[in-house]
Amino acid sequence: MASLAVIATCLEGLVGCGGGGESSDQVVVSAAASLDTAFRDYVDAAGIDAKISFAGSDELAAQIRQGVRPDVYAAANTTLPDQLHKEGLVGNPTVIATNALVLAVPNDSQIDSLDDLTEPGTTIAMGDPAVPVGSYTRDVLGKLAAEQRGAIFSNVRSEEPDVSGIAGKLTQGAVDAGFVYVTDVTASGGELKAIQLPADLQPDVSYGAAVVSGAKNPEGARAFIDGLLRGDGARALRNSGFKPPPG
Amino acid sequence: MRRAAFGAALFLALFLVLAFLTLPIVAIFVHTSPGDLISSLGEEDARDALWLSLQTSLAALTVIVIVGTPAAYLLATREFRARSVVVTLIELPLVLPPAVAGIALLASFGPKGLFGGALDDAGIELVLQTAGVIVALTFVAAPFYLRQAQEAFAAVDRNLLDAARTLGASEARAFIRVAVPCAGQGITSGLALAWGRALGEFGATLMFAGSFSGITQTVPLAIFARFSSDFTSALALSGVLVLVSAALLLSVKILGRSMVLGGGAA
Repeated sequence: MASLAVIATCLEGLVGCGGGGESSDQVVVSAAASLDTAFRDYVDAAGIDAKISFAGSDELAAQIRQGVRPDVYAAANTTLPDQLHKEGLVGNPTVIATNALVLAVPNDSQIDSLDDLTEPGTTIAMGDPAVPVGSYTRDVLGKLAAEQRGAIFSNVRSEEPDVSGIAGKLTQGAVDAGFVYVTDVTASGGELKAIQLPADLQPDVSYGAAVVSGAKNPEGARAFIDGLLRGDGARALRNSGFKPPPG
Repeated sequence: MRRAAFGAALFLALFLVLAFLTLPIVAIFVHTSPGDLISSLGEEDARDALWLSLQTSLAALTVIVIVGTPAAYLLATREFRARSVVVTLIELPLVLPPAVAGIALLASFGPKGLFGGALDDAGIELVLQTAGVIVALTFVAAPFYLRQAQEAFAAVDRNLLDAARTLGASEARAFIRVAVPCAGQGITSGLALAWGRALGEFGATLMFAGSFSGITQTVPLAIFARFSSDFTSALALSGVLVLVSAALLLSVKILGRSMVLGGGAA
């Protein structure tokens, strides 16, 4: 029985750690996959003790709805934070940055416009409709003529759960083209090149962040978000290719 | 007194195991009414995913059994110098995280992988194709079967095989008529494990084959796609997968038992 007690103590220790019980300064962040590089740079530069999990914004929102309580939620749109705010799950969201949707291709690709995507045999990856990058992509394609849109959709080979999946399929040569954010192209370190979308097709890609209701470290969360608007966080976002919020 | 305490500790341990392993599964069905289960099958995407999962896992299983059974027999019955190295290499995918398996498959069979050029020359496309799903499932599930089959063959009484040969049976005939039936129960339990692993495969499939309804989106990928947008439907589809997996596990076990009985009569 003594060994059971030892096991129980060990388990308690583990559970305690998982809950962030020991270091009260730590900020737990759930962030959109596209914020990966920028947030890592921010945390390093500012010396913040942060635990960040990166995934599709929609998936992180679903976790929060299921009772997961990070301190900060940062999404690749404003819709999801607004919805969570209405449900009382997060505080008032702040726009932290804007981004641009682009068509990304390997840097040696011949593709240089949306028209090239209609060619039979061209393979495309895009985000799943539930993830912001996928919904932005559908907004863009929705503005095209039905015939062109149909031809592009028939070339789609994968609907990925987050941008890193799309970027990975592109850098591995699994697909010829994909719709990602311009920041993902920056992060690829020259492996991918971005093809700008026509200005009238460009969706408004704003990133919203909010303090999660019932956060263990609300002050840390607030400071984390403020740092994204000015100082180290803002600098890291600019370096990754994000634009400042309007106004 | 001490004996009673030990007995109680054993029961407590079993209770903890049972509670921990079954509660999450019970939770799926607490949150999902039978109506939800049925209506989730009303969605075309969900039916496609289920059908695709059955097809790809069966295809993977067929490859695993046809190639894996003789390979396991060889490993179990012959001694050779590099045997333990070979066994370790074969079992390695068992301990690989699915993400590693996905990356490894891309690095070997992807367009830029080691054999990407050769596959392309041969006109074989795997990445983002149904065939790629089968490759991913085979890679992660095969070691489960190989391991069990090898143990089962090793446990077969050598005297029986010798007797068969003495009675004039060829090596191949002794393998098919004696070794396989005698090892039947172990083989089928390996089959069930491999099938279960194949049905549940997620990470390697997503990385290597992507996710596209009807082509590469197996049930676990469909559950993940629903997780964020429609939790109820994700739960319902999970419930369906649990029931299908349980039915497969059960039928394979029953098959294994009847094979053993049949083998004993032969």
